[in-house]
Amino acid sequence: MIDFTRYAGARVGGTINRLLDDSHSRHLGIKLDTPFTRLLVALIVVAFAVAVYRIAFGLGASTNMTDYWPWGLWISFDVLGGVAMAAGGFIIAAMVYILNMKKYKCIARAAILNAFFGYLLAAMSICLDIGRSFVIWHPLVMWQVNSIMFIVAIHVVLYTTTLGTESSPMVFEKLGWSRAMGRVNRCMVGIALFGVLLSLLHQSSLGAVYLIAPSKLSPLWYGHYIPYMFLVSAIMMGLAMVCFETILTGKVFNHNPPRDVLEGLARGVVMMGSLYLVMKLIHLFTGPGVGYLLSSGLLGVLYLLEVVVGVAIPVVLLVRKESRKNLDTIFVASILVVLGVLLNRLNVGVFGMSSYANRMGADYFPSAMELLLTMGMIAFAILGFKLCAKYLNLFPETHH
Amino acid sequence: MSISRRNFLKGAAGSGVLLATGAPAAQARMSKELPPEAVGLLYDATLCIGCKSCVVNCKRANSVPGGALYKEGLVPAVADSFLCTKSEKNAPMTPPYETSGLKGNEGVWDAAQDLTGNTLSVIKVYKNGTGLQKDAAVNGHAFFKQQCLHCITPACVSVCPAGAFRKDPHDGTVYYEAYRCIGCRYCQIGCPFNVPRYEWGAVWPEVRKCQLCRHRYQEGKYAACAESCPTGATIFGKVRDLREEAKRRFAMKAGTMYEYPIQTLGSTFTNLRPSAAYADRVYGLTEAGGTQNLMLSGISFDLLGFNKDIPSSALPDLTWAYIAKIPWVFLGVFLGGTALHQITSRMNHSDKEGRHD
Ligand code: SF4
Ligand code: SF4
Repeated sequence: MIDFTRYAGARVGGTINRLLDDSHSRHLGIKLDTPFTRLLVALIVVAFAVAVYRIAFGLGASTNMTDYWPWGLWISFDVLGGVAMAAGGFIIAAMVYILNMKKYKCIARAAILNAFFGYLLAAMSICLDIGRSFVIWHPLVMWQVNSIMFIVAIHVVLYTTTLGTESSPMVFEKLGWSRAMGRVNRCMVGIALFGVLLSLLHQSSLGAVYLIAPSKLSPLWYGHYIPYMFLVSAIMMGLAMVCFETILTGKVFNHNPPRDVLEGLARGVVMMGSLYLVMKLIHLFTGPGVGYLLSSGLLGVLYLLEVVVGVAIPVVLLVRKESRKNLDTIFVASILVVLGVLLNRLNVGVFGMSSYANRMGADYFPSAMELLLTMGMIAFAILGFKLCAKYLNLFPETHH
Repeated sequence: MSISRRNFLKGAAGSGVLLATGAPAAQARMSKELPPEAVGLLYDATLCIGCKSCVVNCKRANSVPGGALYKEGLVPAVADSFLCTKSEKNAPMTPPYETSGLKGNEGVWDAAQDLTGNTLSVIKVYKNGTGLQKDAAVNGHAFFKQQCLHCITPACVSVCPAGAFRKDPHDGTVYYEAYRCIGCRYCQIGCPFNVPRYEWGAVWPEVRKCQLCRHRYQEGKYAACAESCPTGATIFGKVRDLREEAKRRFAMKAGTMYEYPIQTLGSTFTNLRPSAAYADRVYGLTEAGGTQNLMLSGISFDLLGFNKDIPSSALPDLTWAYIAKIPWVFLGVFLGGTALHQITSRMNHSDKEGRHD
């Protein structure tokens, strides 16, 4: 390892040395120079170029969005999907710091860090999606309390900060700044509470964005309780996401995923999944009805896919106690849930909002640049997580 | 003309005072009342001959300082956004024509097909079968107009996170302050009539929509489309009077001789002709809680391609029902969270003590 005190002086160099010290995670066997990492870096570089092009030449030049499709992939996938994927952070934080469920502490750091990256991804995407990226701060100084978008904006800023603070002890610990770490840790209950509050509001607000569009969003998804459906599905997905990433990191970073934790999380997925399924069914029967569902073509198929594959099957898979002991079952079910909720967000954000475009005969498929930017964002999140796993003590329990 | 300049001046002065005293950045809840001096348009499709004089003059009248299409250049626009102010601008500009790729007239050929970032109002045509009979749904044709309807409780105003869309509390016109806009396009999602359009090609884009020529009121002028309409298909006036006029026409027996006023309601110029058979309803009385612009047509609005699912109540209420709960969530989470934390901490303690024993 390079000794940075030689180049940067004792103080700064020492700090850099400490940051780059990966002795505690050596047992995880994370190698940085792999073909996969190179692919990630390449994707990020391409996405960066796309972002520059987008800023320099505008939305028309870089995306396929039009007046008939004012919102496209970036809003539905990066923002709606990314934020839902990040829900694991606040649930685990609530369980560990507020409800004192100590057994989940070992996954708290990873879950919160993951959420942090999810939010960063959403924030960066929305920044590039809006036409005037450099004045994205306007809502913060021009309050407009009737607007859900205003509420969303405030929450993104506050919650990303909260997640950063929740993750900061890891960095302080690394740097040996025990006083700062102690200070943050002492306030952790308050911070976690604030995070829970913001998340509850934020996750539901993203659904509430569509409350204003009863004549545009297909009745298969529109309903007065769409904010609550967004919230419950986000919690379900957040739990599934934590399961998925715990098992996955266990596989690639060769450490043993804690079984009882996963069992508990899987039980949570079943509970939230059942609740969500009931909400979906009530919505279907009191709203559009089965007849409407069967007669609505592609939208109907997408709806069924989302509900059957993304909710019903995983719930059935995990409902028996024995099946929750099988890590592979949990893994598969989690992936289904994650895909199902992502599809739901695409359905609400793109497919379900197509009525006007259909009347006008306008189509939408994301442009190459839209796709590349989204891929780059995902690559950024994965790489960031990997680097943190290498250089920060992300899985404290496997340490001793 | 019955619409007196004095009233316009009064209205303009009134709104000026309101602006000067600082119109509240965020009115907590949006009004559902028609503003006292609300103005609007009545478009009667049965009188429209499709000359598009309104479309042309709309573009011209709005490409002057203060107009809805006016833009001075990239640098002043960006500077305004960063400084959060609206600066005086008066450099002349040519109207932003739609060329639609047509050759001729040195590339300038205004062929607006739809509302766009450059077109605030548009006349479209309905055609069926032979298209011979005007205002007949079968084997007929008809013209219809699209533009902002100036909702009484506008969704676009309620959804804008930066308060870029506003409603004048006096004359009710819904207008746009470009310097505030961040370009999120939520207004496009929110408007049930799909009116706001975006300058997709621009680097510092604006949202564009009809602002009812409010920049002309101070000079005693009114909406350019009404002023230039030769048949009285588009007339300008007070919303309360326009509503009466529209209902009267709708109730008339087809073929009754009627003096249709030209340009403004109560004008002395009129167009005497037999009335057509009106279909459907007066559009704008109830749609999305009511709009200041009203429309009459000989063919049902569904057939003309208007969204038939628009509710008849104010849309911002749907959102407000959610927003009003937020303070309670704050309270609930803090109280509930603290309580749960205390309880579970205590349980953990007694657990440990129990184990120690
Ligand atoms: S028609 Fe649309 S753009 Fe015009 S005021 Fe109503 S909501 Fe706003
Ligand atoms: S795009 Fe529309 S909603 Fe968004 S800030 Fe601009 S005016 Fe407001």
